[in-house]
Amino acid sequence: MRIGVFVCHCGTNIDGTVDSHQVAEEAKKFPHVVYATDYLYTCSEPGQQEIQQAVGEHDLDGVVVAACSPRMHENTFRRTIERAGLNRYMFEMANIREHCSWIGEDREANTHKAIELVRMAVAKVANHVHLHPSYFEVNKRVLVIGAGVAGMQAALDCADGGLDVVLVEKKSSIGGRMAQLDKTFPTVDCSICILGPKMVDVGQHEKIKLCTYSEIEDISGYVGNYTVNIRRKATYVDWGKCTGCGLCMEKCPSKKAYDYHNEGIADTTAINISFPQAIPKKATIDPEYCRQFTKGKCGVCAKVCPLGAIDYEMEDEIVAEEVGAIIVATGYGLLNMEELGEYGAGRYPDVITGIQYERFLNASGPTQGHVVRPSDGEEPKRVVFISCAGSRDASLDRPYCSNFCCMYIAKQAILTRDHIPDSEVYVFYMDTRSPSKGYEEFIRRAQEEYGVQYVRGRVSRIYPKGKRMVVRGADTLLGTQVEVETDLVVLATAATCAPEAEELAEKLRISYDEYGFYMESHPKLRPVETNTSGVFLAGACQGPKDIPAAVGQGSAAASKVLSLFSKDQLESDPQIAQVMELRCVGCLKCADTCPFQAIEEKELPDGRVVGHVIETVCQGCGLCTSICPSGAIQLQQCTDNQLIAEVEALCQAWRERSSG
Amino acid sequence: MSSRKVAEALGIELVEVEDWSCCGSTPAHTVDHLLYGALAARNLAIAEKMGLATVVTPCPSCLVAFKSALEMVQDDGKRKELNELLDLPFQGEIQSKSLLQIIYEEVGVEAVAQRAKRPLEGMRLAPYYGCILTRPPKRAQFDDPENPITMDRILEALGAEVPEFPFKTECCGAAFGLPKRELVLTLSAKILEMAQEIGADALVVACPLCQQNLDLRQGQITSREGVSVDLPVLYITQLVGLALGFSPREVGLDKHAVSPNRLLKKWEEKLKE
Repeated sequence: MRIGVFVCHCGTNIDGTVDSHQVAEEAKKFPHVVYATDYLYTCSEPGQQEIQQAVGEHDLDGVVVAACSPRMHENTFRRTIERAGLNRYMFEMANIREHCSWIGEDREANTHKAIELVRMAVAKVANHVHLHPSYFEVNKRVLVIGAGVAGMQAALDCADGGLDVVLVEKKSSIGGRMAQLDKTFPTVDCSICILGPKMVDVGQHEKIKLCTYSEIEDISGYVGNYTVNIRRKATYVDWGKCTGCGLCMEKCPSKKAYDYHNEGIADTTAINISFPQAIPKKATIDPEYCRQFTKGKCGVCAKVCPLGAIDYEMEDEIVAEEVGAIIVATGYGLLNMEELGEYGAGRYPDVITGIQYERFLNASGPTQGHVVRPSDGEEPKRVVFISCAGSRDASLDRPYCSNFCCMYIAKQAILTRDHIPDSEVYVFYMDTRSPSKGYEEFIRRAQEEYGVQYVRGRVSRIYPKGKRMVVRGADTLLGTQVEVETDLVVLATAATCAPEAEELAEKLRISYDEYGFYMESHPKLRPVETNTSGVFLAGACQGPKDIPAAVGQGSAAASKVLSLFSKDQLESDPQIAQVMELRCVGCLKCADTCPFQAIEEKELPDGRVVGHVIETVCQGCGLCTSICPSGAIQLQQCTDNQLIAEVEALCQAWRERSSG
Repeated sequence: MSSRKVAEALGIELVEVEDWSCCGSTPAHTVDHLLYGALAARNLAIAEKMGLATVVTPCPSCLVAFKSALEMVQDDGKRKELNELLDLPFQGEIQSKSLLQIIYEEVGVEAVAQRAKRPLEGMRLAPYYGCILTRPPKRAQFDDPENPITMDRILEALGAEVPEFPFKTECCGAAFGLPKRELVLTLSAKILEMAQEIGADALVVACPLCQQNLDLRQGQITSREGVSVDLPVLYITQLVGLALGFSPREVGLDKHAVSPNRLLKKWEEKLKE
């Protein structure tokens, strides 16, 4: 074996605390190493050329690059040696940056460690074998989870690009949060007027299969070949027959059902169509309130439905869908305002949330757009908005900014002054955050044109005084305590992860942060990818974001899927587990351990049963190799022999050092 | 007085810490944190030596001092510093709780209610928790920091009417009674006024200093703040004690600056019905 070692300085990133030149010099002494050198930036074009040249000149058949994490550049260098005519898997990276130079300040100790890491990598490469990827077919259908504006955009872009899309939505209608909004900032255009056409496009697109009132039951498979079981929840209405005429809603005697679309500021009927522009416009029964379910008798809707669509016996149905990629666009939730004890939210009817206020402002809301005080239905003459209600609050374990509240408060403040010209509007804020196009000007307009009083400071308490509320807080610009008597208080409650976000992440095998927001593959350079191949993110499920950002991500995720599907076949990584059938005792412990169901039972011609790895399903995690009692299952390029060789190289280094 | 009586009636055995000293309270921690910790730790160390599992206090300020000392002892460096100041070694294995927490969590609301001989019917009571019983939440580890409900639940279970009291955790001015009295008068006035506004017959507290500020200073408040306040201020165990059947005198209701007689009369009449 003829191995070349290339040590990178990474500017001062490595060379600042590691003597890169010495590492290369030491590497020359290792078995199999015929060439070693160091260079300022090995990943740069000249750096790569040097590797290619050395492969030819020194007749190398294996390469070690000592540089950054393989997560950064493994693929870069694999392509480099492939261009030089080597098998791309005859390569190993020694991570002397993240694992060495960045974490210690002692140059001598770091250099020692780097030398040892290189020595181990060399020992491993000496045991490498040529590997060749295989190819598998791609199912060019895509699943989009969540039909808010991000998911709708992703679905439309995929469908327009020629892909078949399955769009799953938890609620009975598509539209998401944006369908609840009255106007959007900073243009103050009607939300449903701009969303409506998109919803219609989604509803009518021949390439989009809509599954509303549905949830993901489980997901199996891998990129290119996922099987998804979708739970279609019982609506108790045959949607094949329902025309959305609304007669059932008119006659339903149970009129106190919780109205999710209106965030509980009004009641709805137990059988309902969530809002007039709903798509699909179909009725759903809420069994928590329906008398047929709670009392066992009623049947009014079944009697009045002209099409006989009501079916109280309906049950949930599980439908399987085969797809090749998944876009997750499950949106966000909102902090339960009762967690804010000092604001009395939940105890005082005139302390409400921003999204509830949105429904009061909305012409198709329960008050037809007339703003009223929930306690007595009077028109408020003074409204106080409180930003960061739960956001940027370490005491509630939510130190993050909810991103869009400053802007929607400015919008709601402007709308309040529009709806009630003789009203006074106050905003308590920490800072106003308005970095996007036209945003800062919009907040200025609220302040200057609409006379909204911005008070910089936190609110410490809200309490009732007669029919009004008193908001007590600090004015940190004046350095004084202020008390504002008001008719209505609107809290900009913190954006949280969507309910059950963690459970869905487990099903998708994607990571999430401590607040339940999904983790992108790289915070800057791979913002819509996840670490699970074939699963992409769009919208606020990744972190709170406003409409333009969510739409942008929807399109971005769609373009990722389209480029993934531009190939008919995908390459599978050959660094996977392999069973040595002669050694296998057929216990199949490996099959039980495998988290990907990648190992199946195989009967040999002599009747013996052994484990068999399904190449395209195996993710190369190596769990099976640790459970195998006979060492019959081995992870390619990470075999027991290779690991032992690495350990031996390390021990040898220590022996040499201790013997002086 | 009432704490001892109620504890005994509820089966809580109270043992006095031998040769106990002041916890240091507000003056100590404004001067020196380490000495503050040591003053509290001294009492805890004695209690540890006596083999006691919990140090109970009716005073949230003592409680904070104890909890601070227990926090300090978790840190190796500070434990060393503390122990250098103490005669007895302090391990920090003991815990500290308020009497309210013991009644609420270990006796339980239902058990208290079951032992009530004379329910508090006819009393409309505003529960006032003060500023440090539940805060900071990480240290207090008790009840909701901004909207506590433990006294509400106990009083309700004993038959009292407990309206929503918005100023449950406002500050009464606490130890500023000496250096800056007018501040205490302003703050206490707000609490008393709010309690009167919601029609309470009395304010119920869980802190002796709150009790003092709110009860003893009503005359000062009336003359300085120009508001008329006249509201009895009772410690929670005084009311639990009444419900358990102790006489007003037994729970010290004859010792208040603002007489609770009107409240007691209303209650007696209701009980006769």
